[in-house]
Amino acid sequence: MTKGWKLYDQRLAWVLVAPVLLLLTLLLLLPIAMMTVYTFFTFVTAGVESAVLTFDNWKEFLTDSYYHGFLWKTVRVGAITAVICAILGYFPAYFIWATTFRHKWLLLLLLIVPFWISFTIRTFSWIHILGEQGLINVVLIRLGVINEPLPMLYTEGAVIMGLLHFLLPYMILNVYVSLESIDRTLIAAARSMGCTSAQAFREVTLPLSMPGLGAGLLLCFVLAAGSYVTPQLLGGSRDALFGNLIYDTIMGQLNWPMGATLSIVLFVLLGAAAAAYSRYMGLSQIMKGLSA
Amino acid sequence: MRADHPNREGRWAWRLTGAITVCVYIFMFAPILATVVLSFNASMFGGFPLTGFSLRWYEKLLTNEPVLDAFRTSMWIALVTATVTTLLGIMAALALVRFEFRGKQAINTLVILPALVPETILGVGLLVMIKAVDQPRSMTLLVLGHILLTLPYVVLIVQARMVGIKRSYEEAALSLGAPRVSTFREITLPLLIPAVLASVLLAFTISFDNTSASLFWRPAGVETMPTQILSMLKISISPEVNALGTVMILLTVGIPLAGGLVLQSLTWFKAGK
Repeated sequence: MTKGWKLYDQRLAWVLVAPVLLLLTLLLLLPIAMMTVYTFFTFVTAGVESAVLTFDNWKEFLTDSYYHGFLWKTVRVGAITAVICAILGYFPAYFIWATTFRHKWLLLLLLIVPFWISFTIRTFSWIHILGEQGLINVVLIRLGVINEPLPMLYTEGAVIMGLLHFLLPYMILNVYVSLESIDRTLIAAARSMGCTSAQAFREVTLPLSMPGLGAGLLLCFVLAAGSYVTPQLLGGSRDALFGNLIYDTIMGQLNWPMGATLSIVLFVLLGAAAAAYSRYMGLSQIMKGLSA
Repeated sequence: MRADHPNREGRWAWRLTGAITVCVYIFMFAPILATVVLSFNASMFGGFPLTGFSLRWYEKLLTNEPVLDAFRTSMWIALVTATVTTLLGIMAALALVRFEFRGKQAINTLVILPALVPETILGVGLLVMIKAVDQPRSMTLLVLGHILLTLPYVVLIVQARMVGIKRSYEEAALSLGAPRVSTFREITLPLLIPAVLASVLLAFTISFDNTSASLFWRPAGVETMPTQILSMLKISISPEVNALGTVMILLTVGIPLAGGLVLQSLTWFKAGK
């Protein structure tokens, strides 16, 4: 034992946690602080800004409807995606939880497998389903249902489809984890007291699985609203989301102060969603979901 | 499949649940399957219809220098990231599970944060940082960024396992006079091995797969595997991209599956003894 140090000495804990703390301070906290400062810098020309403090970036963001459009679209697409994920994801989660199928682990494993497949590949693979030479169009033309390929790719619908594909496993696992934590005797008790299975579901199972559903909704909303690759690959030029706007402002126009402003806006927006959620549910559910 | 649905209404609800579950699984895997099938298509174009079986897109891939370069770059980044993050993650998890200290709750939340903040914001943040100190983008930055991105997952995995390891084992060793370092090496680490392996694999795959943040951080002229795929897709969806995708799927699904199987058979073997 280190001489003079207690068994669970605080000093030792700090030594162990120091590298991570240093890393997070330098690469996460400090950058966010710097970005906040940058939002008040003056944009001179592409790639150049001066440290003259100004409110111009915020004024531009608050008055220009160009930015409001992006913000609204991002929130809308994120919310639609999260809600569809919740509806579509609840059924598989419930099925896996309730089934007496012996190889349940296989169903769970199949939900983990997409996490291992490159996100870029999963996203572009939708081009093979929705594109002009995609499965749906080729089959429908062969069958003579349509003459011209349907324009499905490069639309908002395609973006939402890609996001659903990426986020459904998160939702299903979150709901499944919270279903697993339900004491099954409660449901048996409800049934023995005369509840129909539908009533037992509505009164016992559904309310008790709410934390998982809530965590899934938040996670899906945050990840969808922050996405960049999906709108880039599956959306048209009008389907760009806030993430794409930030990328273009910084990497394309080299307007760093405005890029920083937009980043902080997105950060505050998603942070507010997470804060509202944790007020009601606590963040611990999210951690359960992430480590599932 | 489920016995306790005696009434008709319940049976129908259960069948509907099953049907939707099947549809969701089809939805999850159909596009990926289409990519794999199309990679063997003889056609010059990347889409349907199928015109014949061919391996020539794989042959072409083997001589595509930019792709091979990107592959090597990503491998290196992922290896370094996985190693460093796992080391840092074990240390932090040890402190967060075994010790009581002020600010522990705050650090616990802080560690999870990189998983919740969108990558675009993390991406811009690091760039603003190095711009302020007038440094160019470098490989070091890219690797540091990947360590930041993978840290939450590693800490969560190791923490979850550490909670299940009784303190009394370590305390017994310490009370018998073992130094802390050998206690960790002889007692804690062997019990942690499954979590360590899982962390290395997960950190590796997350790093290898990272796209959005890497687009911000990569030095000029450097492509990682996903950014290379993105730039190939900018031109058109070629059969070569499908072949590349299939190879990547085989690698990233095959390695963890093989790892899991080895682990499974190891515990099975031990239990058998």
